[in-house]
Amino acid sequence: MLLRLDGVEARYGPVQALRGISLEVPEGSVVAVLGANGAGKTTTLRAVSGTVRRSGSIEFAGKPLHGGPEAVARAGIAHVPEGRGTFTELTVVENLRLGAYTRRERNLDSDIDRVSKWFPWIPDRAQQPAGTLSGGEQQMLAVARALMARPRLLMLDEPSLGLAPMIVREIFRIVRELNEREGLTVLVVEQDARIALQTASTAYVLEVGRVAVSGPSDELKENESVRRSYLGY
Amino acid sequence: MADFMQQVVVGLSSGSIYASLALALVLIHRATGVINFAQGEMATLSTYIAWTLTTNHGWSYWPAFAFTLIASFVGGVAIHQGVIRPNEKGSVLRVVIVTIGLLLAINGLVTLIWSGEVRAVPSPFPTRTIEIGGVAISIQDIGTIGVVLATVVVLWLMFQYTKVGLAMRAAAVNPAEARLVGVRVTWMLSLGWGLAAVLGAISGMLAAPSVFLDPNLMAALLIYAFAAAVLGGIDSPIGAVVGGLVLGVGLNLLGTYVDFVGADLRLPGALLVILVVLLVKPSGIFGKTEVKRV
Repeated sequence: MLLRLDGVEARYGPVQALRGISLEVPEGSVVAVLGANGAGKTTTLRAVSGTVRRSGSIEFAGKPLHGGPEAVARAGIAHVPEGRGTFTELTVVENLRLGAYTRRERNLDSDIDRVSKWFPWIPDRAQQPAGTLSGGEQQMLAVARALMARPRLLMLDEPSLGLAPMIVREIFRIVRELNEREGLTVLVVEQDARIALQTASTAYVLEVGRVAVSGPSDELKENESVRRSYLGY
Repeated sequence: MADFMQQVVVGLSSGSIYASLALALVLIHRATGVINFAQGEMATLSTYIAWTLTTNHGWSYWPAFAFTLIASFVGGVAIHQGVIRPNEKGSVLRVVIVTIGLLLAINGLVTLIWSGEVRAVPSPFPTRTIEIGGVAISIQDIGTIGVVLATVVVLWLMFQYTKVGLAMRAAAVNPAEARLVGVRVTWMLSLGWGLAAVLGAISGMLAAPSVFLDPNLMAALLIYAFAAAVLGGIDSPIGAVVGGLVLGVGLNLLGTYVDFVGADLRLPGALLVILVVLLVKPSGIFGKTEVKRV
Protein backbone atom coordinates (compact mmCIF):
# COMPACT_ATOMS: atom_id res chain seq x y z
CA MET A 1 0.00 0.00 0.00
CA LEU A 2 1.53 3.31 -1.07
CA LEU A 3 -0.61 5.57 1.12
CA ARG A 4 -2.68 4.56 4.13
CA LEU A 5 -4.77 6.89 6.27
CA ASP A 6 -6.15 5.52 9.52
CA GLY A 7 -8.54 7.51 11.69
CA VAL A 8 -7.24 10.86 10.46
CA GLU A 9 -8.79 13.92 12.07
CA ALA A 10 -8.24 17.58 11.29
CA ARG A 11 -9.79 20.83 12.40
CA TYR A 12 -9.81 24.50 11.44
CA GLY A 13 -10.11 26.27 14.77
CA PRO A 14 -13.34 25.07 16.35
CA VAL A 15 -14.59 23.42 13.17
CA GLN A 16 -13.79 19.75 12.87
CA ALA A 17 -13.31 19.05 9.18
CA LEU A 18 -12.22 15.40 9.33
CA ARG A 19 -13.77 13.00 11.85
CA GLY A 20 -11.66 9.92 11.40
CA ILE A 21 -10.94 9.22 7.76
CA SER A 22 -9.44 5.88 6.76
CA LEU A 23 -8.48 5.20 3.18
CA GLU A 24 -5.90 3.32 1.15
CA VAL A 25 -4.18 4.09 -2.12
CA PRO A 26 -2.47 1.04 -3.69
CA GLU A 27 0.70 1.61 -5.72
CA GLY A 28 -0.10 2.15 -9.39
CA SER A 29 -3.79 2.93 -8.90
CA VAL A 30 -6.05 5.92 -9.37
CA VAL A 31 -8.21 6.57 -6.32
CA ALA A 32 -10.96 9.19 -6.22
CA VAL A 33 -12.42 11.03 -3.24
CA LEU A 34 -15.93 12.30 -3.87
CA GLY A 35 -18.42 14.25 -1.84
CA ALA A 36 -20.35 17.48 -1.51
CA ASN A 37 -18.89 20.85 -0.61
CA GLY A 38 -17.59 20.84 2.95
CA ALA A 39 -17.44 17.06 3.18
CA GLY A 40 -13.71 17.19 3.84
CA LYS A 41 -12.28 16.26 0.45
CA THR A 42 -9.78 19.09 0.22
CA THR A 43 -8.91 18.75 3.90
CA THR A 44 -8.07 15.08 3.34
CA LEU A 45 -5.39 16.05 0.82
CA ARG A 46 -4.23 18.89 3.03
CA ALA A 47 -3.90 16.46 5.94
CA VAL A 48 -1.63 14.29 3.82
CA SER A 49 0.54 17.17 2.62
CA GLY A 50 0.74 18.63 6.11
CA THR A 51 -0.83 21.98 5.29
CA VAL A 52 -3.40 21.45 8.04
CA ARG A 53 -2.75 20.19 11.56
CA ARG A 54 -3.83 16.56 11.72
CA SER A 55 -3.96 13.61 14.08
CA GLY A 56 -4.35 9.90 13.44
CA SER A 57 -1.97 7.85 11.37
CA ILE A 58 -0.75 8.52 7.84
CA GLU A 59 1.67 6.05 6.31
CA PHE A 60 3.45 6.60 3.01
CA ALA A 61 5.38 3.71 1.45
CA GLY A 62 5.32 1.89 4.77
CA LYS A 63 6.67 4.77 6.83
CA PRO A 64 4.76 7.24 9.00
CA LEU A 65 4.42 10.60 7.26
CA HIS A 66 5.31 13.56 9.46
CA GLY A 67 6.04 17.24 9.11
CA GLY A 68 4.92 20.11 6.95
CA PRO A 69 4.53 20.33 3.20
CA GLU A 70 8.29 20.79 2.61
CA ALA A 71 8.96 17.38 4.18
CA VAL A 72 6.02 15.71 2.43
CA ALA A 73 7.20 17.02 -0.95
CA ARG A 74 10.63 15.52 -0.23
CA ALA A 75 9.02 12.18 0.63
CA GLY A 76 7.74 11.99 -2.97
CA ILE A 77 4.20 13.39 -2.85
CA ALA A 78 3.22 16.12 -5.30
CA HIS A 79 0.12 18.06 -4.28
CA VAL A 80 -1.68 20.15 -6.90
CA PRO A 81 -3.97 22.30 -4.76
CA GLU A 82 -7.42 23.53 -5.60
CA GLY A 83 -7.59 26.52 -7.93
CA ARG A 84 -4.65 25.82 -10.29
CA GLY A 85 -1.71 26.28 -7.99
CA THR A 86 0.75 27.87 -10.35
CA PHE A 87 3.06 30.78 -9.70
CA THR A 88 1.25 33.24 -11.95
CA GLU A 89 4.05 35.83 -11.84
CA LEU A 90 6.71 33.36 -12.90
CA THR A 91 7.17 32.00 -16.40
CA VAL A 92 6.01 28.57 -17.50
CA VAL A 93 9.54 27.20 -17.51
CA GLU A 94 10.26 28.71 -14.07
CA ASN A 95 7.16 26.96 -12.76
CA LEU A 96 8.50 23.69 -14.14
CA ARG A 97 11.96 24.28 -12.64
CA LEU A 98 10.31 24.86 -9.26
CA GLY A 99 8.45 21.59 -9.64
CA ALA A 100 11.81 19.82 -9.62
CA TYR A 101 13.01 21.82 -6.60
CA THR A 102 13.38 18.79 -4.35
CA ARG A 103 15.54 16.95 -6.86
CA ARG A 104 19.29 17.21 -7.20
CA GLU A 105 19.57 17.15 -10.99
CA ARG A 106 20.85 20.39 -12.43
CA ASN A 107 19.96 19.72 -16.03
CA LEU A 108 16.20 19.62 -16.32
CA ASP A 109 15.92 19.76 -20.11
CA SER A 110 15.13 16.08 -20.50
CA ASP A 111 12.44 16.32 -17.81
CA ILE A 112 10.91 19.34 -19.49
CA ASP A 113 10.90 17.40 -22.76
CA ARG A 114 9.25 14.49 -20.98
CA VAL A 115 6.37 16.56 -19.56
CA SER A 116 6.04 18.43 -22.86
CA LYS A 117 5.12 15.08 -24.43
CA TRP A 118 1.95 15.23 -22.33
CA PHE A 119 1.36 18.93 -22.83
CA PRO A 120 2.68 19.76 -26.31
CA TRP A 121 1.90 23.50 -26.03
CA ILE A 122 4.46 23.98 -23.25
CA PRO A 123 7.63 24.60 -25.34
CA ASP A 124 5.95 27.42 -27.30
CA ARG A 125 4.82 29.15 -24.13
CA ALA A 126 7.91 28.47 -22.04
CA GLN A 127 8.86 32.12 -21.49
CA GLN A 128 5.33 33.38 -20.88
CA PRO A 129 4.19 34.27 -17.34
CA ALA A 130 1.89 31.51 -16.09
CA GLY A 131 -0.76 34.12 -15.28
CA THR A 132 -1.25 34.80 -19.00
CA LEU A 133 -2.31 31.19 -19.70
CA SER A 134 -5.95 30.16 -19.90
CA GLY A 135 -7.54 28.45 -16.90
CA GLY A 136 -7.23 25.03 -18.52
CA GLU A 137 -3.60 25.59 -19.43
CA GLN A 138 -2.82 26.74 -15.89
CA GLN A 139 -4.36 23.55 -14.52
CA MET A 140 -2.30 21.51 -16.97
CA LEU A 141 0.81 23.47 -16.02
CA ALA A 142 0.11 22.66 -12.37
CA VAL A 143 0.01 18.96 -13.27
CA ALA A 144 3.14 19.28 -15.42
CA ARG A 145 4.93 21.02 -12.57
CA ALA A 146 3.95 18.22 -10.21
CA LEU A 147 5.34 15.66 -12.69
CA MET A 148 8.70 17.48 -12.69
CA ALA A 149 9.19 16.24 -9.14
CA ARG A 150 8.91 12.63 -10.40
CA PRO A 151 6.51 11.95 -7.55
CA ARG A 152 5.52 8.53 -6.31
CA LEU A 153 2.06 9.91 -5.58
CA LEU A 154 0.24 12.70 -7.38
CA MET A 155 -2.58 14.37 -5.44
CA LEU A 156 -5.01 16.45 -7.52
CA ASP A 157 -7.55 18.72 -5.87
CA GLU A 158 -10.61 19.36 -8.05
CA PRO A 159 -8.86 19.61 -11.39
CA SER A 160 -12.23 20.32 -13.03
CA LEU A 161 -12.92 23.46 -11.01
CA GLY A 162 -14.13 26.26 -13.27
CA LEU A 163 -13.10 24.56 -16.51
CA ALA A 164 -15.09 23.75 -19.65
CA PRO A 165 -16.21 20.09 -19.95
CA MET A 166 -13.94 19.49 -22.94
CA ILE A 167 -10.87 20.65 -21.01
CA VAL A 168 -11.89 18.55 -18.02
CA ARG A 169 -12.10 15.44 -20.21
CA GLU A 170 -8.69 16.27 -21.67
CA ILE A 171 -7.12 16.59 -18.20
CA PHE A 172 -8.62 13.32 -16.98
CA ARG A 173 -7.54 11.57 -20.19
CA ILE A 174 -3.97 12.65 -19.47
CA VAL A 175 -4.25 11.49 -15.85
CA ARG A 176 -5.49 8.09 -17.01
CA GLU A 177 -2.69 7.73 -19.54
CA LEU A 178 -0.06 8.79 -17.03
CA ASN A 179 -1.35 6.04 -14.80
CA GLU A 180 -1.53 3.40 -17.54
CA ARG A 181 1.74 4.16 -19.31
CA GLU A 182 3.99 5.42 -16.53
CA GLY A 183 2.38 3.64 -13.61
CA LEU A 184 1.82 6.92 -11.76
CA THR A 185 -0.26 6.58 -8.60
CA VAL A 186 -2.95 9.26 -8.34
CA LEU A 187 -5.25 10.39 -5.54
CA VAL A 188 -7.82 12.75 -6.99
CA VAL A 189 -10.45 14.79 -5.17
CA GLU A 190 -13.33 15.67 -7.45
CA GLN A 191 -16.75 17.26 -7.40
CA ASP A 192 -17.59 15.84 -10.83
CA ALA A 193 -18.36 12.28 -9.72
CA ARG A 194 -19.09 11.00 -13.20
CA ILE A 195 -15.66 11.67 -14.69
CA ALA A 196 -13.90 10.73 -11.46
CA LEU A 197 -15.58 7.32 -11.36
CA GLN A 198 -14.68 6.76 -15.02
CA THR A 199 -11.02 7.43 -14.26
CA ALA A 200 -10.50 5.89 -10.84
CA SER A 201 -10.46 2.20 -9.99
CA THR A 202 -11.55 2.84 -6.40
CA ALA A 203 -13.49 5.68 -4.83
CA TYR A 204 -14.36 6.99 -1.40
CA VAL A 205 -17.45 9.11 -0.81
CA LEU A 206 -17.13 11.55 2.10
CA GLU A 207 -19.96 13.02 4.12
CA VAL A 208 -19.31 15.54 6.91
CA GLY A 209 -15.76 14.42 7.52
CA ARG A 210 -16.35 10.66 7.41
CA VAL A 211 -16.17 7.99 4.75
CA ALA A 212 -19.81 7.23 3.93
CA VAL A 213 -19.32 4.66 1.17
CA SER A 214 -16.28 3.22 -0.55
CA GLY A 215 -15.47 0.54 -3.04
CA PRO A 216 -14.53 -0.19 -6.65
CA SER A 217 -15.77 2.54 -9.01
CA ASP A 218 -17.94 0.11 -10.96
CA GLU A 219 -19.84 -0.88 -7.82
CA LEU A 220 -20.26 2.71 -6.69
CA LYS A 221 -21.71 3.65 -10.08
CA GLU A 222 -24.46 1.09 -9.42
CA ASN A 223 -24.98 2.14 -5.81
CA GLU A 224 -28.48 3.61 -5.48
CA SER A 225 -27.67 6.48 -3.10
CA VAL A 226 -24.39 7.41 -4.79
CA ARG A 227 -26.20 7.53 -8.08
CA ARG A 228 -28.96 9.73 -6.77
CA SER A 229 -26.75 12.08 -4.75
CA TYR A 230 -23.71 12.43 -6.96
CA LEU A 231 -24.49 11.24 -10.44
CA GLY A 232 -27.97 12.70 -10.69
CA TYR A 233 -29.91 9.88 -12.33
CA MET B 1 26.96 71.79 -20.47
CA ALA B 2 30.09 70.26 -18.94
CA ASP B 3 28.93 71.52 -15.58
CA PHE B 4 25.50 69.98 -16.13
CA MET B 5 26.98 66.58 -17.01
CA GLN B 6 29.21 66.80 -13.98
CA GLN B 7 26.18 67.35 -11.76
CA VAL B 8 24.41 64.42 -13.40
CA VAL B 9 27.31 62.13 -12.49
CA VAL B 10 27.37 63.43 -8.92
CA GLY B 11 23.61 62.78 -8.81
CA LEU B 12 24.05 59.25 -10.16
CA SER B 13 26.64 58.61 -7.47
CA SER B 14 24.37 59.59 -4.57
CA GLY B 15 21.46 58.02 -6.45
CA SER B 16 23.20 54.66 -6.56
CA ILE B 17 23.63 54.82 -2.77
CA TYR B 18 19.88 55.47 -2.44
CA ALA B 19 19.25 52.67 -4.93
CA SER B 20 21.19 50.14 -2.92
CA LEU B 21 19.31 50.89 0.31
CA ALA B 22 16.00 51.12 -1.59
CA LEU B 23 16.64 47.70 -3.08
CA ALA B 24 17.14 46.36 0.44
CA LEU B 25 13.75 47.79 1.46
CA VAL B 26 12.10 46.30 -1.63
CA LEU B 27 13.58 42.83 -1.09
CA ILE B 28 12.15 42.68 2.40
CA HIS B 29 8.84 44.24 1.44
CA ARG B 30 8.34 41.72 -1.34
CA ALA B 31 9.13 38.79 0.92
CA THR B 32 7.65 39.83 4.24
CA GLY B 33 5.17 42.54 3.26
CA VAL B 34 6.62 45.07 5.67
CA ILE B 35 8.88 48.10 5.51
CA ASN B 36 12.00 47.41 7.53
CA PHE B 37 12.50 50.64 9.46
CA ALA B 38 15.72 49.24 10.93
CA GLN B 39 17.34 48.91 7.48
CA GLY B 40 19.26 52.16 7.90
CA GLU B 41 20.51 51.35 11.39
CA MET B 42 21.58 47.88 10.30
CA ALA B 43 23.64 49.59 7.59
CA THR B 44 25.13 51.98 10.15
CA LEU B 45 26.20 49.06 12.30
CA SER B 46 27.81 47.42 9.26
CA THR B 47 29.65 50.63 8.43
CA TYR B 48 31.04 50.82 11.98
CA ILE B 49 32.34 47.28 11.63
CA ALA B 50 34.18 48.27 8.45
CA TRP B 51 35.49 51.43 10.13
CA THR B 52 36.78 49.47 13.14
CA LEU B 53 38.55 46.95 10.95
CA THR B 54 40.29 49.57 8.83
CA THR B 55 41.03 52.19 11.51
CA ASN B 56 41.68 50.13 14.64
CA HIS B 57 42.87 46.83 13.25
CA GLY B 58 44.84 47.97 10.27
CA TRP B 59 42.91 46.03 7.63
CA SER B 60 43.12 47.42 4.15
CA TYR B 61 39.86 48.64 2.68
CA TRP B 62 38.66 45.86 0.39
CA PRO B 63 39.22 42.92 2.76
CA ALA B 64 37.37 44.92 5.41
CA PHE B 65 34.63 45.62 2.88
CA ALA B 66 34.28 41.92 2.04
CA PHE B 67 34.35 40.85 5.68
CA THR B 68 31.69 43.43 6.53
CA LEU B 69 29.43 42.10 3.78
CA ILE B 70 29.71 38.57 5.14
CA ALA B 71 29.12 39.73 8.72
CA SER B 72 26.11 41.78 7.57
CA PHE B 73 24.66 38.80 5.74
CA VAL B 74 24.98 36.61 8.82
CA GLY B 75 23.54 39.40 10.95
CA GLY B 76 20.57 39.87 8.62
CA VAL B 77 19.78 36.14 8.69
CA ALA B 78 20.13 36.12 12.48
CA ILE B 79 17.80 39.11 12.91
CA HIS B 80 15.16 37.43 10.79
CA GLN B 81 15.44 34.08 12.55
CA GLY B 82 15.73 35.52 16.04
CA VAL B 83 13.54 38.59 16.07
CA ILE B 84 11.27 38.77 13.02
CA ARG B 85 10.28 35.13 12.57
CA PRO B 86 8.73 34.72 16.03
CA ASN B 87 6.50 37.72 15.25
CA GLU B 88 5.58 36.84 11.68
CA LYS B 89 2.49 34.88 12.70
CA GLY B 90 1.01 38.09 14.07
CA SER B 91 -0.24 41.09 12.15
CA VAL B 92 1.85 43.12 9.71
CA LEU B 93 1.72 46.01 12.17
CA ARG B 94 3.37 43.86 14.80
CA VAL B 95 6.36 43.16 12.55
CA VAL B 96 6.58 46.84 11.61
CA ILE B 97 6.69 47.78 15.29
CA VAL B 98 9.38 45.17 15.87
CA THR B 99 11.49 46.78 13.13
CA ILE B 100 11.04 50.19 14.78
CA GLY B 101 12.16 48.61 18.04
CA LEU B 102 15.19 47.21 16.22
CA LEU B 103 15.96 50.69 14.87
CA LEU B 104 16.12 52.07 18.42
CA ALA B 105 18.00 49.08 19.77
CA ILE B 106 20.69 49.08 17.10
CA ASN B 107 21.07 52.85 17.30
CA GLY B 108 21.56 52.54 21.05
CA LEU B 109 23.99 49.66 20.66
CA VAL B 110 26.09 51.56 18.13
CA THR B 111 26.24 54.65 20.36
CA LEU B 112 27.15 52.46 23.33
CA ILE B 113 30.02 50.73 21.56
CA TRP B 114 31.44 53.51 19.39
CA SER B 115 30.10 56.65 21.17
CA GLY B 116 28.39 59.44 19.27
CA GLU B 117 31.65 60.93 18.08
CA VAL B 118 31.90 61.81 14.40
CA ARG B 119 34.51 59.72 12.56
CA ALA B 120 36.18 60.15 9.24
CA VAL B 121 35.98 57.08 7.03
CA PRO B 122 38.63 56.51 4.40
CA SER B 123 37.47 56.17 0.84
CA PRO B 124 38.65 53.24 -1.24
CA PHE B 125 38.74 55.51 -4.27
CA PRO B 126 41.05 58.47 -4.93
CA THR B 127 39.26 61.81 -4.75
CA ARG B 128 40.97 63.19 -7.83
CA THR B 129 39.00 63.75 -10.94
CA ILE B 130 39.49 62.52 -14.43
CA GLU B 131 38.32 64.27 -17.52
CA ILE B 132 36.02 62.52 -19.96
CA GLY B 133 35.03 64.60 -22.98
CA GLY B 134 35.60 67.88 -21.14
CA VAL B 135 33.61 66.73 -18.10
CA ALA B 136 35.54 66.45 -14.85
CA ILE B 137 34.35 63.39 -12.96
CA SER B 138 35.58 62.28 -9.56
CA ILE B 139 36.88 58.75 -9.42
CA GLN B 140 35.01 58.27 -6.17
CA ASP B 141 31.70 58.90 -7.94
CA ILE B 142 32.53 56.45 -10.71
CA GLY B 143 33.62 53.86 -8.15
CA THR B 144 30.44 54.27 -6.14
CA ILE B 145 28.24 53.88 -9.20
CA GLY B 146 30.32 50.91 -10.35
CA VAL B 147 30.11 49.03 -7.05
CA VAL B 148 26.33 49.44 -6.82
CA LEU B 149 25.71 48.51 -10.45
CA ALA B 150 27.91 45.43 -10.11
CA THR B 151 25.96 44.40 -7.01
CA VAL B 152 22.66 44.87 -8.79
CA VAL B 153 23.81 42.78 -11.76
CA VAL B 154 25.05 39.97 -9.49
CA LEU B 155 21.75 39.96 -7.60
CA TRP B 156 19.76 39.96 -10.81
CA LEU B 157 21.75 37.02 -12.18
CA MET B 158 21.21 35.17 -8.92
CA PHE B 159 17.44 35.71 -8.92
CA GLN B 160 17.12 34.90 -12.61
CA TYR B 161 19.39 31.93 -13.11
CA THR B 162 20.00 30.07 -9.85
CA LYS B 163 17.82 27.54 -8.12
CA VAL B 164 17.95 29.38 -4.82
CA GLY B 165 17.11 32.68 -6.54
CA LEU B 166 14.07 31.12 -8.17
CA ALA B 167 13.01 29.61 -4.84
CA MET B 168 13.34 33.01 -3.16
CA ARG B 169 11.09 34.59 -5.79
CA ALA B 170 8.58 31.76 -5.44
CA ALA B 171 8.57 32.12 -1.65
CA ALA B 172 7.98 35.85 -1.99
CA VAL B 173 5.10 35.72 -4.49
CA ASN B 174 3.30 32.64 -3.18
CA PRO B 175 4.63 31.14 0.05
CA ALA B 176 1.90 28.49 0.47
CA GLU B 177 2.50 27.15 -3.02
CA ALA B 178 6.26 27.32 -2.59
CA ARG B 179 6.07 25.07 0.48
CA LEU B 180 4.09 22.51 -1.52
CA VAL B 181 6.93 22.16 -4.03
CA GLY B 182 9.34 21.71 -1.15
CA VAL B 183 10.82 25.21 -0.74
CA ARG B 184 11.76 25.97 2.88
CA VAL B 185 10.07 29.34 2.85
CA THR B 186 11.27 30.62 6.22
CA TRP B 187 14.89 30.10 5.20
CA MET B 188 14.28 31.88 1.92
CA LEU B 189 12.94 34.85 3.88
CA SER B 190 16.02 34.74 6.12
CA LEU B 191 18.19 34.72 3.02
CA GLY B 192 16.28 37.79 1.82
CA TRP B 193 17.03 39.57 5.10
CA GLY B 194 20.67 38.59 4.74
CA LEU B 195 20.88 40.00 1.21
CA ALA B 196 19.06 43.16 2.30
CA ALA B 197 21.60 43.63 5.09
CA VAL B 198 24.39 43.25 2.52
CA LEU B 199 22.83 45.89 0.26
CA GLY B 200 22.42 48.23 3.23
CA ALA B 201 26.04 47.67 4.23
CA ILE B 202 27.17 48.58 0.72
CA SER B 203 25.19 51.80 0.76
CA GLY B 204 26.49 52.70 4.23
CA MET B 205 30.11 52.02 3.38
CA LEU B 206 29.87 53.98 0.14
CA ALA B 207 28.09 56.90 1.78
CA ALA B 208 30.30 57.26 4.85
CA PRO B 209 33.49 58.64 3.20
CA SER B 210 31.71 61.74 1.93
CA VAL B 211 29.44 62.48 4.91
CA PHE B 212 31.44 61.19 7.92
CA LEU B 213 30.30 58.42 10.22
CA ASP B 214 28.14 58.89 13.29
CA PRO B 215 25.34 56.76 14.77
CA ASN B 216 22.77 58.66 12.69
CA LEU B 217 24.62 58.17 9.41
CA MET B 218 21.68 56.52 7.67
CA ALA B 219 18.74 58.49 9.09
CA ALA B 220 18.47 60.86 6.14
CA LEU B 221 19.56 58.21 3.65
CA LEU B 222 16.68 56.00 4.72
CA ILE B 223 14.24 58.77 3.75
CA TYR B 224 15.88 59.06 0.33
CA ALA B 225 15.72 55.28 -0.01
CA PHE B 226 12.01 55.28 0.91
CA ALA B 227 11.41 57.95 -1.71
CA ALA B 228 13.36 55.94 -4.30
CA ALA B 229 11.48 52.73 -3.49
CA VAL B 230 8.09 54.44 -3.55
CA LEU B 231 8.96 56.22 -6.78
CA GLY B 232 9.99 53.00 -8.52
CA GLY B 233 7.27 50.85 -6.97
CA ILE B 234 7.73 49.32 -3.55
CA ASP B 235 7.59 45.77 -4.93
CA SER B 236 9.81 46.31 -7.95
CA PRO B 237 13.57 45.68 -7.67
CA ILE B 238 14.19 47.41 -11.01
CA GLY B 239 11.99 50.24 -9.80
CA ALA B 240 14.13 50.68 -6.69
CA VAL B 241 17.29 51.01 -8.76
CA VAL B 242 15.79 53.34 -11.36
CA GLY B 243 13.95 55.28 -8.64
CA GLY B 244 17.20 55.75 -6.72
CA LEU B 245 19.11 57.00 -9.74
CA VAL B 246 16.30 59.32 -10.89
CA LEU B 247 15.92 60.71 -7.39
CA GLY B 248 19.68 61.22 -6.98
CA VAL B 249 20.04 63.04 -10.28
CA GLY B 250 16.81 65.00 -9.88
CA LEU B 251 17.54 66.25 -6.38
CA ASN B 252 21.13 67.11 -7.25
CA LEU B 253 20.11 69.11 -10.32
CA LEU B 254 17.39 70.89 -8.33
CA GLY B 255 19.88 71.68 -5.58
CA THR B 256 22.43 73.00 -8.04
CA TYR B 257 20.31 75.00 -10.41
CA VAL B 258 17.32 76.12 -8.36
CA ASP B 259 18.65 78.67 -5.92
CA PHE B 260 16.13 78.37 -3.15
CA VAL B 261 16.46 74.56 -2.94
CA GLY B 262 20.21 74.52 -2.43
CA ALA B 263 21.54 71.82 -0.15
CA ASP B 264 18.96 72.34 2.58
CA LEU B 265 15.75 71.51 0.79
CA ARG B 266 16.81 68.17 -0.71
CA LEU B 267 15.42 66.08 2.12
CA PRO B 268 12.03 67.85 2.04
CA GLY B 269 12.22 67.33 -1.72
CA ALA B 270 12.45 63.56 -1.15
CA LEU B 271 9.49 63.71 1.23
CA LEU B 272 7.56 65.62 -1.41
CA VAL B 273 8.34 62.84 -3.92
CA ILE B 274 6.94 60.25 -1.47
CA LEU B 275 3.80 62.32 -0.97
CA VAL B 276 3.17 63.03 -4.64
CA VAL B 277 3.79 59.44 -5.78
CA LEU B 278 1.50 58.05 -3.10
CA LEU B 279 -1.22 60.51 -4.13
CA VAL B 280 -0.90 60.21 -7.90
CA LYS B 281 0.36 56.68 -8.58
CA PRO B 282 0.72 54.66 -5.38
CA SER B 283 2.14 51.67 -7.27
CA GLY B 284 5.09 53.74 -8.51
CA ILE B 285 6.66 53.70 -11.96
CA PHE B 286 7.29 49.96 -12.21
CA GLY B 287 4.92 48.56 -9.61
CA LYS B 288 1.86 46.60 -10.55
CA THR B 289 -1.44 48.06 -9.48
CA GLU B 290 -2.79 45.78 -6.84
CA VAL B 291 -6.03 44.13 -7.75
CA LYS B 292 -7.96 42.65 -4.87
CA ARG B 293 -10.52 40.00 -5.57
CA VAL B 294 -13.53 40.09 -3.33
